[in-house]
Amino acid sequence: MKKVIANKEIDVNEEGYLEDVSQWTKEVGTELAKEQGIDMTDKHWEVIDYLQDKYKNDEALSIRGIKKSGVINIKEFYDLFPGGPLKKSTLIAGIPKPKSCI
Amino acid sequence: MKHLVILGAGTAGTMMANHLVSKLPKAEWKITIVDQYKIHYYQPGFLFLPFDIYTEDQVKKEGKKFIPKGVNYIQKKIERISPEANTVTLDADETLNYDILIVATGSKIAPEEIEGMAGPEWHKSIFDFYTYEGAKALRDKLRDWKGGKLVVHITEMPIKCPVAPLEFSFLADSYFKHKGMRDKVDITYVTPLDGAFTTPKAAQALHHLLEEKGIKEVTNFNIEHVDYDNHKIIDYAETEVDYDLLVTVPTNMGDEVIARSGMGDDLNYVPTHKATLQSKDYENVFVIGDATNVPTSKAGSVAHFEAEILTENILRYVAGKPLDAEFDGHANCFIETGGGKALLIDFNYDQEPVEGSFPFPGIGPLRLLKENRMNHMGKLAFRWVYWNMLLKGIPIPFVSSAMSEKGKKIEAIV
Repeated sequence: MKKVIANKEIDVNEEGYLEDVSQWTKEVGTELAKEQGIDMTDKHWEVIDYLQDKYKNDEALSIRGIKKSGVINIKEFYDLFPGGPLKKSTLIAGIPKPKSCI
Repeated sequence: MKHLVILGAGTAGTMMANHLVSKLPKAEWKITIVDQYKIHYYQPGFLFLPFDIYTEDQVKKEGKKFIPKGVNYIQKKIERISPEANTVTLDADETLNYDILIVATGSKIAPEEIEGMAGPEWHKSIFDFYTYEGAKALRDKLRDWKGGKLVVHITEMPIKCPVAPLEFSFLADSYFKHKGMRDKVDITYVTPLDGAFTTPKAAQALHHLLEEKGIKEVTNFNIEHVDYDNHKIIDYAETEVDYDLLVTVPTNMGDEVIARSGMGDDLNYVPTHKATLQSKDYENVFVIGDATNVPTSKAGSVAHFEAEILTENILRYVAGKPLDAEFDGHANCFIETGGGKALLIDFNYDQEPVEGSFPFPGIGPLRLLKENRMNHMGKLAFRWVYWNMLLKGIPIPFVSSAMSEKGKKIEAIV
């Protein structure tokens, strides 16, 4: 479905995740974060950069991966993105919600 | 004489030995299989052991019995793989040179990954049922447990047989009903996923079953530590779940030999091409079963389907042809739901489990994603199939390695 955010039309799925990563801009990320009740800080962006990097390299995202990322520890991760940190941060980063490997 | 070495004589390794012994020319190839353990366990049986449905003898046999004649069997610990030198070092510095290596070293639980899990309460009030010892200790505990809060818990994905903890919950419900003490037991299912299963259709069906059986669900729970003094598990968001009896599926990891050899990812799984099963780093190293990092279930059925594909690809590799046999991620799992019934799911890398009939479209007799008695009979019959057909590499009639979409209610993707 279509959605207009930060004066830009984007395609999102029923859970609000971007369908096309190329439509993502920092402004879009900022607005998506606001919808989650999050005000982005430098530390938030550092995490977003890390996630987008991982995604581009086709690497799976997991809580364990965050633990070893060197960017942030899990406690801080939960503090920055309260509730479901991996779910919220990937939504803001414009990348698909991580599927847990089955 | 060329040498093919298989590491691990579990489900996948044993099947590969059986497939290859009749297909590789004996005059040119020697086959060796290495495993440090004497006993081959029927791991799906560990689910039934705690509830006194299976006995100890039904889940273990001597591994040697399943290794075919003509295959050299070495019962020794593997110290290190040196893929650059094409050698494997065994205990007491014995060295094997190989032309082709098949890594089938499996995965196992690592309770020490979570603080407080493998501590003083391990196998006292905190149990696993993924090992023979754990399942047996849990059986003894359940035999005279007086009731209280039973928490069935998954630490992190991926785990071997992702439906097993759900099946454990369903069977626990039946077990306590049967003992006339269901009202004294509170069952809670705690998972790091956002639902009962990893895929939407199956998660929905399984959620209903949990509800129907009065089993509570706690989702999105990423465990941080076990507070064994106060009988609580605590997650990173500081959510707490109280237990009297904790049955957990600890972190699953590949074998330490993979880490010692520097061949694994964070969880000691070997990076593997998901279609061909060739390792990503070495062209003469192939990986099968739980040891791979391919994105499908870690399960015996998967190893079985992989074995057919890998056999073809190894023969192609030997002949210098491109590896064009492709594994589609096919998995096929019975899910025990208690009370003598079971569900069946059939899926692959791309297609999630849906409703339908199996293996004959429109006929069955098994039903996909629906509970029935026939499915349960199928699950019990599978133990015989495992020992007598699967390990020996005999194809299961009507079930091919490539998943069939016939007889399934598949929604068109728009």
